[in-house]
Amino acid sequence: MASMPTPVIELLDAALVGELSVVDPNGRPVTYPLIPLWDGERIYMTSSTLFSRKLEHIKGNAKVAVSITDPVAVDGRTGRATIQGDARVLDEDPHGGWERLLEIWEHKEPAIVAFLKARVALPLFFERALIEITPRRVMYWADGQPMSTPTVTVIDEEAA
Amino acid sequence: MTSAAPVVADGRSTPELDAASGLEKLAGYPYQIATWVDDTGYPVSVAVTASVDVAGLAAAFDMPAGLSVPTDRVVSLTGSHIRPQPGYGYDERRHVTVWGRASVADARVVLAADRAWGWDEAEVPFFEYSERSIGQSRKYFDALSAERGTPVKPRLSFGWLALRATRLPFLSATVVPVLLGIVIAASHGSFDLVAAILTVIGAACVHLGLNVANDVFDTVQGADDANVTPTQYSGGSRVIQYGLVSLRRMATIATVFYLAALAIGFVLLAFWGSPALLAIGIAGFIVSIGYTAPPLKFVYRGLGEIAVAVGFGPLMLLGAYVVQTGGTLSWEPFVASIPVALFIALILYVNEIPDRRGDAHAGKRTLPVRFSREVVITGYNLAAAGAYVALVSGVIAGVLPIPTLLMLLTVPLALQVSRGLAPNYDNPYGLMSVMGVNVQLHLRAGVLLLAGYAIVLILGAIAPGVDLFLG
Repeated sequence: MASMPTPVIELLDAALVGELSVVDPNGRPVTYPLIPLWDGERIYMTSSTLFSRKLEHIKGNAKVAVSITDPVAVDGRTGRATIQGDARVLDEDPHGGWERLLEIWEHKEPAIVAFLKARVALPLFFERALIEITPRRVMYWADGQPMSTPTVTVIDEEAA
Repeated sequence: MTSAAPVVADGRSTPELDAASGLEKLAGYPYQIATWVDDTGYPVSVAVTASVDVAGLAAAFDMPAGLSVPTDRVVSLTGSHIRPQPGYGYDERRHVTVWGRASVADARVVLAADRAWGWDEAEVPFFEYSERSIGQSRKYFDALSAERGTPVKPRLSFGWLALRATRLPFLSATVVPVLLGIVIAASHGSFDLVAAILTVIGAACVHLGLNVANDVFDTVQGADDANVTPTQYSGGSRVIQYGLVSLRRMATIATVFYLAALAIGFVLLAFWGSPALLAIGIAGFIVSIGYTAPPLKFVYRGLGEIAVAVGFGPLMLLGAYVVQTGGTLSWEPFVASIPVALFIALILYVNEIPDRRGDAHAGKRTLPVRFSREVVITGYNLAAAGAYVALVSGVIAGVLPIPTLLMLLTVPLALQVSRGLAPNYDNPYGLMSVMGVNVQLHLRAGVLLLAGYAIVLILGAIAPGVDLFLG
């Protein structure tokens, strides 16, 4: 039973930013830089309703990919990964539903807690949806080089 | 690298990018992320190093090992950058994506760019980007409401919402002149605590009614919607634009504040009334409602500063004074109101600088809309200097007591604002700290005037023979 490879988990845990690619209604890929949050089972990302076009795209097509490519954002690690998966938008409570991930978010962006306390200054930024991504297939480049063939891991349903 | 800020068209959240500009930006990133949709329907991303040919509208990179970049569908190249800030998060956010069809020759992929999109916070600051994206948020909430069959709206806790909708922190603009009028009356031997409390509450209601009504009329006339660079000091409360409170509810709140002020006004007239108070009260209501409301619309005609100066200067101060004195007028409260009036007008004046594009768009002909940067800055300097000249002249003429010269301690703040205007004139977010100092200038000047009168009262009690007036 294949599960998320350890080096990829390390990248997800370290990454200050990753790239979420979604598919727009015309079938084109659209890529957004977002903070990836790994809870041990799934990848989560959050999006303000201000920048919610990606959420509309996901609601139209759940197939997404998250890539971790920036060595600067992963504290100098050389590995790179792309995780394909199925996304779900969790927006039952845009006002506070996303706060269950605040602890993991704070770990990567400590200032977010202070920003949240001052949410009156930018209320719509804190009206957010969660993007829950169930990983299906992982490509990992240990040396980060596209000229190396990636290690591919298919995450089966149970492990995901 | 410095460049002129790009123009963001109305209705867009980011500057329009053509393929060539997108490629130019893409070339500045150390690597690019190639993305396409694979045969299973999932996006695939891989980091590549592309060579960019801006003139040829193309970018080329080596075919990644073990993957096949398709030539029958759209492929994108993305550049993304942040700068980690340990213990804080990150800054220097920017990204750009270029789309096009790919062709493959000799294991080299060539993307023919036809479209681009991106954001760079150095060009469009995050707060402006957010303001420009309000329409998208509104659209999302509308869709959620339609999905659920019940309205879904953004929220804020009642306390924060009340604070934001009424712009409560600006109440100091009322408290300062009203307390000053009361204290000057007390120094003249007239003081009634109940009347003083009612005056403060009534004046606060007028001010809060004005703040809320200002949002209503600015929304109706399009000024707040056109403003994409509001700050905590300018651009209104934005609660209507954010969907936090409806226009109708804001109109109701404004009406309630004005009715409460009217009721308190009638009580004051009934028990402490005089022709002077009646005249001041009527003038106050006209100035307050006419500030943004048709047909007067003072602020739309470049008369906002004068209306604010008159309303939050002589009218508030003299109003509070005549309530206490039973209608007796005197030169002293009038002269004391001049610096207060000038400083409050300067708050509005500076706050209008970042709003000037949105105001011009909505036909709001404020002074910063009408005049050049040089004239506006000179205007600030003259008005601030005028406040100190009025104070010193009042003291020399024997109208104001000597301890009010304490207000001169605020000169460094006025200089700080004056020096901050030119370098931040076109940068709303840089101007925020200058606007903050300007608000402090009014508040501290008022508090120091009050302190001056406190000295007058204390010395009057313990050493009645000491003359604190020149001449």
